[in-house]
Amino acid sequence: MSPAAFLAMTDQLRELGNPSSLHTHGRATRKRLEDAREVIAKAVNCLASEVIFTASGTEANNIALKGLFWSGKSKGKNVVVISAIEHHAILDPAQWLHTHEGAEVITVPVTNDGVVNVEFLEELVAQRGSEIAVISIMHSNNETGVLQPLQEVVAIAGNIPVHTDAVQSFMKTPLSYNELGVTALTLSAHKIGGPLGIGALILRRAYEIPALLHGGGQEREIRSGTLNAPSIVAFAASADTSYDANLVSQLRDSFIAGVKELIPDAYINGEKSVRLPGIVNVTFPGTQSDTLLLLLDEAQVSASTGSACSAGVHEASHVLLSMGHTEETAQSSLRFSFGATSSLADVDFVLSVLPDVISRGRAAHR
Amino acid sequence: MKLIAAMSGGVDSAVAAARAVEAGHDVIGVHLALAANPQKYRSGARGCCTIEDSHDARRAADVIGIPFYIWDMAEEFHDGVVEDFLAEYAAGRTPNPCLRCNEKIKFAAVLDRARAMGFDGVVTGHYARTQIGENGKTLHRAVDHSKDQSYVLSVLTIEQIEGAIFPLGDTTKVDIRVEAERRGLAVAQKPDSHDICFVPSGDNAGWLRDRLGSEVGPIVDQDGNKIGEHKGAYTYTIGQRKGLGLTVPTSDGSPRFVLKIEPVTNTVVVGAKEDLAITTMRGERPVWCGPAVTDQRQEGFVQIRAHGAALACTYYFDGTVLVATLEEPLLGLATGQAMVIYDGDRVVGSATICETE
Repeated sequence: MSPAAFLAMTDQLRELGNPSSLHTHGRATRKRLEDAREVIAKAVNCLASEVIFTASGTEANNIALKGLFWSGKSKGKNVVVISAIEHHAILDPAQWLHTHEGAEVITVPVTNDGVVNVEFLEELVAQRGSEIAVISIMHSNNETGVLQPLQEVVAIAGNIPVHTDAVQSFMKTPLSYNELGVTALTLSAHKIGGPLGIGALILRRAYEIPALLHGGGQEREIRSGTLNAPSIVAFAASADTSYDANLVSQLRDSFIAGVKELIPDAYINGEKSVRLPGIVNVTFPGTQSDTLLLLLDEAQVSASTGSACSAGVHEASHVLLSMGHTEETAQSSLRFSFGATSSLADVDFVLSVLPDVISRGRAAHR
Repeated sequence: MKLIAAMSGGVDSAVAAARAVEAGHDVIGVHLALAANPQKYRSGARGCCTIEDSHDARRAADVIGIPFYIWDMAEEFHDGVVEDFLAEYAAGRTPNPCLRCNEKIKFAAVLDRARAMGFDGVVTGHYARTQIGENGKTLHRAVDHSKDQSYVLSVLTIEQIEGAIFPLGDTTKVDIRVEAERRGLAVAQKPDSHDICFVPSGDNAGWLRDRLGSEVGPIVDQDGNKIGEHKGAYTYTIGQRKGLGLTVPTSDGSPRFVLKIEPVTNTVVVGAKEDLAITTMRGERPVWCGPAVTDQRQEGFVQIRAHGAALACTYYFDGTVLVATLEEPLLGLATGQAMVIYDGDRVVGSATICETE
């Protein structure tokens, strides 16, 4: 956690008071909570009344996708449109809507560079626009860092509600709810140096959708549950911290240059696309990423594979598969992330251990 | 040494990993995911490879304080163990999949990968011992004979034994559970796994029937007279008496036993108990766990089931097959099983039984 978020959280943990209580302590907590809401609203350029706090980005995605679907369904719209590279927190609720609510889910493919195929969406909307309840396209992809053409998506969508999972983009690249013109947008604190277990759904003012959690109705009757004040103030503190995108981009670029020099057959996924500063997705042919992860971990380097199933088995990334990878090359790919606290020395260190890791990784899968 | 501890999520492999750490080794825990579609929970004492098992393994590694990863070996396991199991049954033999798993997965795929990655060996929770003597590292029975697993390890070559670490061989299972408790491992009282891990229902015959089909065929006596019908030859085992459903009685009313399974003609041959008796067995594809067996007849013991008795015998290798001649006749021996030769408690080697007489 960022030092500012840590301080804000521990300070608030010492305070008494449920923000929904009417007594002095409750009002004091409510004051800090609403200050936090305003900070986040400012950071994402929306109204404070448009911020709905949730317990995770996943929850915000579920509220948005299911809520917007149900709203549309009541008007006879049964189609949910998502992209092929969405996070599981969109893919799985969409699948759930299909299985349990009879929704027709249409997946927009991506190009080999990892960008949503806008022509496909355009044609889809032209042909079946009146049936579409919601379009959900992520703002940037969590595995490749590739930014998605949200402005075009919104223009194509017209009156169809658009949701975007912006968890990966928030604070890393310019993100304005107002300028994008989306109906709903998802944020999560832990991606920006805030605590785990707190997120937010930005939902257009006075836009009513059915709730998932029913109870006290704390957040616009759309989300019930006692507000987690310590996490919320820490979320705001982390959103108030500056992020040096230029510096992180430079680190990323020097890492990429180093990888290409040391491992000539390695390639960067989505390299031709506009990407977030801090994410590099590399394919190392002839390796298996879970082996590389173990060897890097041993060398004190933390990298990530796509995702793991519930038994913990690494699976070929659906993102890379949809970008034209085979199972084999998708399984040979690793994601490296650089953050605001990373340094050139970190990059050099990773590059210093990489050749040995790759050669041992290749030997292990000969 | 730098070691990979194969952690199933059970008590044995957890204590084995902990002991390896305590012995001063640099240990990393690895759970092998062997099923492509793992079950969520274990039911009773059956099988492994559930999501719950991988959680248990992770928790044990965390308590011991070692890094933990999951290796997907589902494809290797399916090709090397499950397919082999089916093919053997389809050929009328009775295979032992645990043996195949040790041979092809734990001390082959895993050990090879570990070595390529710079590790020196693999730690498992098997009940067996190794000793270093004049002839290098040799494989021996565990102190706890009731839990001894040297039989299913008898397929390991000298090179594989070199890379195998069995920290539990000197302890009884009862004491391992006590030790697990003392070490704060939550799996201390977890039931042992039995049966075949990839047949979660425990219904082997049904599992085979689903995959191999159930073609009805004749049950014949030794003269070839049809005396009944079976529902799929591979669901029978040599020596089986019950469940034959025969309607033609023997002249003296004595019971009949399965003598032979002939997969090509889909025939089950039955006969009298004394016809089950064999004194000689021959095994193909031998593996030596130490010095190679020669064509000089030696005295020793042969074991033909995982927890069976060690039978006194003489044995030799004729250059193609391993031959063992028993002192006392044995009733009912299925081909496909492993014959494992012991010299006292040392595992000499093993072969797959292909012929008996």
